[in-house]
Amino acid sequence: MSSKTSSTNNIAQARRTVQQLRMEASIERIKVSKASADLMSYCEEHARNDPLLMGIPTSENPFKDKKTCIIL
Amino acid sequence: MATDGLHENETLASLKSEAESLKGKLEEERAKLHDVELHQVAERVEALGQFVMKTRRTLKGHGNKVLCMDWCKDKRRIVSSSQDGKVIVWDSFTTNKEHAVTMPCTWVMACAYAPSGCAIACGGLDNKCSVYPLTFDKNENMAAKKKSVAMHTNYLSACSFTNSDMQILTASGDGTCALWDVESGQLLQSFHGHGADVLCLDLAPSETGNTFVSGGCDKKAMVWDMRSGQCVQAFETHESDINSVRYYPSGDAFASGSDDAT
Repeated sequence: MSSKTSSTNNIAQARRTVQQLRMEASIERIKVSKASADLMSYCEEHARNDPLLMGIPTSENPFKDKKTCIIL
Repeated sequence: MATDGLHENETLASLKSEAESLKGKLEEERAKLHDVELHQVAERVEALGQFVMKTRRTLKGHGNKVLCMDWCKDKRRIVSSSQDGKVIVWDSFTTNKEHAVTMPCTWVMACAYAPSGCAIACGGLDNKCSVYPLTFDKNENMAAKKKSVAMHTNYLSACSFTNSDMQILTASGDGTCALWDVESGQLLQSFHGHGADVLCLDLAPSETGNTFVSGGCDKKAMVWDMRSGQCVQAFETHESDINSVRYYPSGDAFASGSDDAT
């Protein structure tokens, strides 16, 4: 409509972007080496609880193939 | 009038240049901390052995592409939704269909099981997220109990219950995410910031706080504070749409999958 409203919208948007960026710039950050080390130690700690790593014992697997009953 | 126009132009330009310099500063900060790559740190870790997978069950019944699925907390039931407009609840042990509902739209892109196992949520091209209570009454018409909870102005791409049956988080093609109260259908919080369709979302593991991550067609992954609606951090390193995002179980990281093949 009027160029004034569209430019006030642009300003509002630009202000929000600047505020957002200011906030992001002030976040505390840690080094990748520290973050990687944290992730790896978490993995190792919880590896025992991971069925994808440990496998699922057949006795506990609810989806195991059912054997047919043999009538003697 | 003319001087007002000039003043606005100046402010806009100065804001834009401040934005650019802040972006540059952010990149600098990130680069300073990028001292090593994860795979370098992990070099001495033993590689995982061969992973053997075996198909245990095949659930047949959908008429077209299955777009979404979710496990029930009982580790037995599954809800799935399809392009054909149908949402089915399965007993994965027996492969029986326990419930089926036909949505008023095709492309049901999102479905989720409530934590209690007593309801499911789904939506797609109808631009809504609807909740259906699950009953065991065979005579009950599921569609009759439908409750429309979320209203978006474009397709629903993802939905997820939070820790309870009472709140649902949704992502939409309208570029927003939203948190809704199931009982009243009220919008509790909306999340604006994506520049294009939001395709996926994932809630942080409950012990680690009230955040969730979303990914969109604007190539950005954004982490949000659920209570304030603020974007906490945005990640713009993909070269195309982000189709899927998942939090790492520790809550300290998340992974993303994109159309750029990474």
